[in-house]
Amino acid sequence: MSSIAAFLGQRLGWAVMTLLILSVMVFFGAQVLPGNIGRAILGPLADVAAVTALNHELGVDRPLWVQYWDWISHFVRGDMGRSFIYHTPVFPFVAASLTKSLALALVVCVLVIPLSLAGGVYAALKAHRAADRIITLTGLAMTVVPEFVSGIILILVFGVWLRWLPISAKWADDAGLLGRLDHLILPALPLVLILFGYIAKMARAGTLAALESDYTRTAVLKGLPQATVIGRHVLRNALLPTISVIGTQVGYLIGGLIVVETLFNYRGIGALIFSAAKAKDFPMLQAGVLTVGLCYTVAAIFADLLFYLLNPRLRSGGAR
Amino acid sequence: MSVAAVAPPAVSRWRDVRRIALRSPTFLSGAAIVLFWVGCALFGARLTPYDPLADDVINSLMPPSSEHWFGTDQLGRDVFSRVIAGARDILTVAPLATGLGTAAGASLGLASGYFGGWFDAIVGRIIDAFLALPLIVVSLLALTALGTSNATVVAVIGLSFTPIIARTVRAAVLGERELDYVVACHLRMESSAYIMFVEILPNVVAPVLVEATVRLGYAIFAVATLSFLGFGIQPPSPDWGLSIATNYSLVGDYYWTVLFDALAIASLVIGVNLLADGLEHAVRD
Repeated sequence: MSSIAAFLGQRLGWAVMTLLILSVMVFFGAQVLPGNIGRAILGPLADVAAVTALNHELGVDRPLWVQYWDWISHFVRGDMGRSFIYHTPVFPFVAASLTKSLALALVVCVLVIPLSLAGGVYAALKAHRAADRIITLTGLAMTVVPEFVSGIILILVFGVWLRWLPISAKWADDAGLLGRLDHLILPALPLVLILFGYIAKMARAGTLAALESDYTRTAVLKGLPQATVIGRHVLRNALLPTISVIGTQVGYLIGGLIVVETLFNYRGIGALIFSAAKAKDFPMLQAGVLTVGLCYTVAAIFADLLFYLLNPRLRSGGAR
Repeated sequence: MSVAAVAPPAVSRWRDVRRIALRSPTFLSGAAIVLFWVGCALFGARLTPYDPLADDVINSLMPPSSEHWFGTDQLGRDVFSRVIAGARDILTVAPLATGLGTAAGASLGLASGYFGGWFDAIVGRIIDAFLALPLIVVSLLALTALGTSNATVVAVIGLSFTPIIARTVRAAVLGERELDYVVACHLRMESSAYIMFVEILPNVVAPVLVEATVRLGYAIFAVATLSFLGFGIQPPSPDWGLSIATNYSLVGDYYWTVLFDALAIASLVIGVNLLADGLEHAVRD
């Protein structure tokens, strides 16, 4: 058990360092790059005295390291600052929109993980045949198309022409769970398409490698039934690398949310970052971006932990 | 041992890559799509049946017909002409950003892999932190701070690519660093810059080229997305992402104002990625 504690400790130390560098970068991006914040908010025609007064009110006329320390020391205690636009604390906005985004991300994961694993493994079992070519090529093509492009095409096909699904993510207040899910499927689909290709590609490659390995040959030669060979020997090893891919892709999922949430009018963290960027609401933008980085880092640690627990080579205490 | 350590002669290697690439259907179909759009970007303005920017309000929102193949938009502009002319800005901004990212990333990766030690460790940490943020989020933050123009979009996307390309190049350099020809350079007392750029760089061109093509796909993805969000290419350009942003509220009744732009973006990114995939296979085999 001590080895897992050491592993976790190392990963957490790593993550804290990454987040620290990230916070400096975000701070730099949101408070140093824009130059004169008051001028950026009030516009080029505003009175110099008004700009100075606003800068003083916002505290951006203090030395940079004081500002950074002030921001980050409050941030870790959940105080993310006050919005320039709404003049209220940022935290409730971030918390509410993050919840909505996580709901959408959950729908995406529930759809994409089983689909892409099944697709990838099936393609590997039918390697170099027509089914494999179709899955691989469609996956490749779908992965590279921007979310708003596939989103528009999906809206046209399923929302406008076939009228199967509602084209907005806004549901009626009295909508039940199913009614809400109904509104989330179309927004989830562009992200499902993007992730399908990545995860299926990894699952296919992992399965192919496992199929060609010595232990699979041994299992086949000692007469195990095919289902046992694939279930116990091939898949266990094949899906390991896929787990890390899913972990990193969940981070990117949150980046994709900006576009999808804008396209489908869904008020999640992506839409929050986008509207903060449009309004030059730097505290909101800063908090939203750092939250996204935090989510990514947490997802990456979970993926590493899962990888560690499932990988027999890294597990101490002997094989089962 | 020393025979195996000698890098293969560059010329015959490139001939092989070209031969394999030109036989790959993936590479060829990608190349055909990309060449088509490059042609539109270069000569499109002279080939379009209508001026892509000319209003004709009386004929606004006309469905596709023999006169207007792809219909007209809210201002009566010919959608077909706009789709053809729309290739130009994205095919200027995205390749420039990729070029900037490749040059900066290759230099950083060369130095990081060559010097190793603490320099490598620090660069590695910064790259990790950078990769924890999705490209669109980084770009949005930087473009909000700097203001949007084609030049800032090139700079922001190019710099966002730098860490990723640096990582690829670093890995390739680590494979070269211990080889005899590098050791020989040290013995000849060559300068570090000479060894990195004149000796090692030509031997890692293949992975750099593959990575650059892959990045070009991402650059087009990112520029199109930023333009859709209003932080990329600015009006009055007939850019595809921009056109979709201005017209997507009409999608229910006037599909042609967004469908053809969407298909144009999809075909261009798929084309670039097929090209990259074919090239990657050719370099690896």
